[in-house]
Amino acid sequence: MLEINGLRVSIGDKEILKGLNLQVGAGQVHAIMGPNGSGKSTLAGVLAGKPDYQVTAGKVRYQGKNLLDLAPEERAREGIFLAFQYPVEISGVNNAYLIKAALNEVRKHRGESELDAIEFMELAQKKLELLAMDSSLLNRPVNEGFSGGEKKRNEIFQMAVLEPTLALLDETDSGLDIDALKIVAEGVNALRNSSRSIVVVTHYQRLLNYIIPDYVHVLSGGRIVKSGKKELALELEEKGYGWIENEAAEIGA
Amino acid sequence: MSTETSVNLDTYLAQFELLQSTREVADAPASIRQLRQEAMTRFSQLGFPTTRLEDWRFTNVERIAKSQFELADEATVSAAQFEALSFSTLSGPRLIFVNGRFAPALSNTDGAIQAGVTVENLGHALTKQSVQLEPHLAQLTPYRDRAFPALNMALWQDGAFVSVPNNTTLNEPIHLLFISTAPSKAAATYPRVLVVLGENSRSTVIEEYVSVNNSPHFTNAVTEIDIGPGSTLDHYKVLSENLAAYHVASSNLRLGRDSTTRSTSVTLGGSLVRNDIGALLRGEGAECTLNGLYLADSDQLVDSHTTIDHAVPHCNSHELYKGVLNGHGRSVFNGKIIVRIDAQKTDAKQTNQALLLSEDAQINTKPELEIFADDVKCTHGATVGQLADDALFYLRARGLDEAQARRVLIHAFANDVLSRISLDSLRAYLEAALLKQLPMTGLEARA
Repeated sequence: MLEINGLRVSIGDKEILKGLNLQVGAGQVHAIMGPNGSGKSTLAGVLAGKPDYQVTAGKVRYQGKNLLDLAPEERAREGIFLAFQYPVEISGVNNAYLIKAALNEVRKHRGESELDAIEFMELAQKKLELLAMDSSLLNRPVNEGFSGGEKKRNEIFQMAVLEPTLALLDETDSGLDIDALKIVAEGVNALRNSSRSIVVVTHYQRLLNYIIPDYVHVLSGGRIVKSGKKELALELEEKGYGWIENEAAEIGA
Repeated sequence: MSTETSVNLDTYLAQFELLQSTREVADAPASIRQLRQEAMTRFSQLGFPTTRLEDWRFTNVERIAKSQFELADEATVSAAQFEALSFSTLSGPRLIFVNGRFAPALSNTDGAIQAGVTVENLGHALTKQSVQLEPHLAQLTPYRDRAFPALNMALWQDGAFVSVPNNTTLNEPIHLLFISTAPSKAAATYPRVLVVLGENSRSTVIEEYVSVNNSPHFTNAVTEIDIGPGSTLDHYKVLSENLAAYHVASSNLRLGRDSTTRSTSVTLGGSLVRNDIGALLRGEGAECTLNGLYLADSDQLVDSHTTIDHAVPHCNSHELYKGVLNGHGRSVFNGKIIVRIDAQKTDAKQTNQALLLSEDAQINTKPELEIFADDVKCTHGATVGQLADDALFYLRARGLDEAQARRVLIHAFANDVLSRISLDSLRAYLEAALLKQLPMTGLEARA
């Protein structure tokens, strides 16, 4: 599904990812954990095609394609979805309009017929229920005036409608209370299947109580320094990130 | 020797002399003839404004001054010619003017006008209803210090007169369409609109200016709107003249006690456009909204000067102006709000936003607040910006290509003004017109 080899990424003069390797198989859920500033969000952003980053070395293959050659919209149409850490407020653009346009772009790309307004609303209604979202959010400008929780739910709602092949969840748990967290996690879990991969980027282990990962990776200093099963997340919760950073430093020395 | 003295005004004096023998001038009441004479004298003293005048600092009308415009020749157009270019879905009263002259055959008056309501050619109305007209004509738009309104007053021929009596609600919007066509010379028109609403009445008036070909022409328009106590007026001005047209207009609204007006100006065309819009709130409880949207691409210049004069207490005003600039497009926004010493409890809000899509686009924006009362609320805000990169990426990350994402964001920005238009058919028409223009606005900006 996704294969990252020796990825080095800079913002301006600053190198953020320093030779990152990661393999995500179909149907797997991977959690990327790590301290602040370790490059977690950069990884999510660079996979989605955020223009601020310069890739200086390395390869990213997604479903056999060279991902880094694709424009952000091409990645989206190929089934990559980034749930933003900070969803952008876009005044004047209706939420339903955007999601319908996004869905139809994906469908066109797959050679499927576009949905009309009625078909879209039927689909949207089902997904709203899944996320316990008020349908009024559909008719408001994208994220404008949404609470923090509503914004995150709106991201997962979009994901539920778009049914991506590879979902990147960037700190989706930040700013959520426990009830909202459960709802969002249920929404994500409902999308789990054998052909869809999910990469969950998070600072805290909390979300992983509800979205159980197959693998956990620790990102530190721009590299994955430790990988393990879901138990690794619990260990991190207990001991913090310090011991891993020390361990990594020793190995590096 | 300064350059502006070289502008020769003789051609305008000659046109004025020629007009004296025409029926519409000769048959008008003596007081109106005198106004015309005074206006002509005043114009020849003032001359065209130069950029030395504060009000014209950023808008150089030298191109107009040097063009020696003649009065446009009478012309005809077919319905097919203008329907494709204008908002023509209404079934209500419609006055059409071609090259400044009233075109009764194209207009829709008979049977379309409610009893007691007047919708007719201003030139004609003057000869028979002068008593009704004199208290209003040229009263709302003083010309003593303003060259363009003075020239209009001296040279106008036909125009629109709308009069709505007390306690009357008009069911259909009134459409005033000014068409310029095929001038063989540098031609000018001087449209004049006078709208008088009695007490507790309600009406919608749409002024629309179009050209049916791409030749340069000059429109010098004056609109006066007097809104009686308790009345409500929705006023729209739609400008979609060609990209070689010069358009200078002065629109003035006077609001009586507890009256409400919402005036929306949409500028989609013109080479050099100057809109002076004034609202005088002179009755307590009056509420005034001035909204505007303009697009300025290539070498277009769109200048909006608005003045809201709070003369009495307890009035509200709201103003939202938005512009989309591309290429070498330029715009000027000058928003003056005056709160007179007695106008306590005034609530005035002004917002001016411009979206610059190219490095060469330019805006000069200036709020001008003159507040003499102490218990008032006045806010103003001006923002000038580009499309937000984070919003563009968000849309692209959802599968919209870059051009589409830009168009969506530009449309959303501009549509903020159009979405406030309460007349559904006009809103739909303008949204479509906007969408049609947007592909030019921004797609090549990155190229």
